[in-house]
Amino acid sequence: MAFRLPAIMKTTAARLSALYLLLFALCAVLLVFYMTSLSARMLMVQTQETINEEVLGLARAYQRGGIPTLVRVVEQRARQPGANLYLLADPNGQILSGNVQSIQPGVLQREGWTELPFSYERYGEVAGRRTPAGTEKTDSEIVTEERHNAIAVVLRLPNQMLLMVGRDLGEPERFRDVVQRALMVALGMMGFGGLLIWYFVGRRALKHIDGVSEASRRIMAGDLTGRLPVTGAGDEFDRLAENLNVMLARIAHLNDGLKQVSDNIAHDLKTPLTRLRNRAEAALSGKKTGADYREVLEGTIAESDQLIRTFNAILMISRLEAGYSAESVAKVDLSAVVHDVFELYEPVAEELGVGLEAHAAGEFMINGNRELIAQALSNVVDNAIKYSAGAVEAPHVSVALKREGDEIHLLVADNGLGIPDEGDRKRATERFVRLEQSRSQPGSGLGLSLAHAVMKFHNGRLDLLPGNPGLSVLMSFPGSKDE
Amino acid sequence: MSPLISRKIAYNDGMKILVIEDDREAADYMQRAFAEAGHTAHVAGDGDSGFALADAAEYDVMVVDRMLPRRDGLSVIAGLRSRGNTTPVLILSALGEVDDRVTGLRAGGDDYLTKPYAFSELLARVEVLNRRAPTRESETVYRVGDLELDRLSHTVRRGSQEITLQPREYRLLEYLMRHAGQVVTRTMLLENVWDYHFDPQTNVIDVHVSRLRGKIEKGFEKPILHTIRGAGYMLKAG
Repeated sequence: MAFRLPAIMKTTAARLSALYLLLFALCAVLLVFYMTSLSARMLMVQTQETINEEVLGLARAYQRGGIPTLVRVVEQRARQPGANLYLLADPNGQILSGNVQSIQPGVLQREGWTELPFSYERYGEVAGRRTPAGTEKTDSEIVTEERHNAIAVVLRLPNQMLLMVGRDLGEPERFRDVVQRALMVALGMMGFGGLLIWYFVGRRALKHIDGVSEASRRIMAGDLTGRLPVTGAGDEFDRLAENLNVMLARIAHLNDGLKQVSDNIAHDLKTPLTRLRNRAEAALSGKKTGADYREVLEGTIAESDQLIRTFNAILMISRLEAGYSAESVAKVDLSAVVHDVFELYEPVAEELGVGLEAHAAGEFMINGNRELIAQALSNVVDNAIKYSAGAVEAPHVSVALKREGDEIHLLVADNGLGIPDEGDRKRATERFVRLEQSRSQPGSGLGLSLAHAVMKFHNGRLDLLPGNPGLSVLMSFPGSKDE
Repeated sequence: MSPLISRKIAYNDGMKILVIEDDREAADYMQRAFAEAGHTAHVAGDGDSGFALADAAEYDVMVVDRMLPRRDGLSVIAGLRSRGNTTPVLILSALGEVDDRVTGLRAGGDDYLTKPYAFSELLARVEVLNRRAPTRESETVYRVGDLELDRLSHTVRRGSQEITLQPREYRLLEYLMRHAGQVVTRTMLLENVWDYHFDPQTNVIDVHVSRLRGKIEKGFEKPILHTIRGAGYMLKAG
């Protein structure tokens, strides 16, 4: 991948690292600034103390022997290596003695501590330059005749002469320089490190995002089977991609369902609609009596009712698959529903010569929708009765409810012809699928699909199992024992 | 209209019905059909005018579409209920799922019918809702012709002969007798006797009714439980 800086800079990772870098640098600068100012102040106080001691010493010398002693001591001290600044001047500021060659004008006019560092020039005196223990390794700079900054105290002696004792500020200034340089280097390194992190993290994020964008473009272009890449690193990108893939699978599933519904609506609703229209058309042609019209109209109403029924079933399945509101769910006793459905179908079964029995002892409480479960079960029972009646010698349907591990199993078994082919059994729960043998039976072909959708809504399953003989429909509800 | 549907029954004679429905054609059809059945229907085309009409005049039953312009049906009903109006309301709706029905009834509706519906179903339900229909809730013995149902001892007799019924058959007959002289549809029976609102694929209700009919008519001269074609059933003497 080419180095695409602008794109990298736009990544969140890059923005975040830039932000952190900035904050960190700011903190570092503040800290260093605080520390240097603290140390500079300490150095300044130290310098002032040194000067005070010098002044005290010179004062004692002056008390001992007046001006001559003072001059001698000054001359002596001024020659020592790394010496302080000493200056003795006449009342007009004319330099008489000391190691200062020239001084910023005006400094000697004010007695007491100088308020601001001033510049001066020292004599090119290098006596005793070779200091032993290398205490001041930059002494060579001081002893040249460059101008330096210093602070000093100026005193007026009783005979109106001026004495100045000062100290060069080279040391605190050098300290500040060192700290500043260190700071610049540190900032530079930090900046470089930040850029590196920025580049690698940003590029990694970009690579992932590019992969995702690429995949989603393909999917948007209509390839609903496409999935986002999962690297297997198990990081947040993978988790996101996995979740999005699950979502895509669901969308694809819903889309398939929708496509299938529209196909099937076209087929299954068009046929009765055409029949309806033909019937009306036929009624209009030829000579008809009032009773004929009546019959046609009644047929039309019956046909419309069947259409409405089919339509409602389609809508209901779609709504179930889209997910219902939680409001429609409450505690339901499955065995009560089994008893209700059994009781509802018992006369029909008897009329058709089908033996119907139900086994549901005790309570089987689940969270669900009583209406939907009853509808699903009655569809299944309806089918079982319909397809076993007249198909075998002694048609028989049994409904049994029992606990099986963590599940509640509701089994509707008949001894009819069943569905021998496994593929057919699988297809039977799909919408509008009416297996060949069932084409002669009335119905929308949606009964099992609706039951299937209801089971899915309850986080359960609907399985078609081969009976012995016949067909068994197993509705499994999740149900823990403590419920 | 079939003459069987437009029969005249004393208290159902000339019900005053308010129809709040924005679909002009459906409203006109309802108005005509109600008139043929012997009732007077007023039509309001939106929620606001419907509310004003219901608030101003006394109606025996109201038929309210759930989705209306200006003010939706449920809000109209809730508004009327909060003003002490107790006129029975049947909600018409294109939304027919379980939770929709619950919210509709919770808002103050007395019955709920999903579009598309058969007018015979609507008429049967509206006639049962009629405010002026005698409430038989408090009666301990229901009598229709020579058929008698004692709600305290849970016994049923016709003439001098006692009839033994299964619990469900008893409840079925009880409901039919409570609404004797009115058309009762299959879905009304499923709703009121079984307490389910779904649509069974096979007409299971018919088989239950014919079983009951066998028990209360067999051996007697006069039929008492009549099938109303295209609508449902009616328990009626003579």
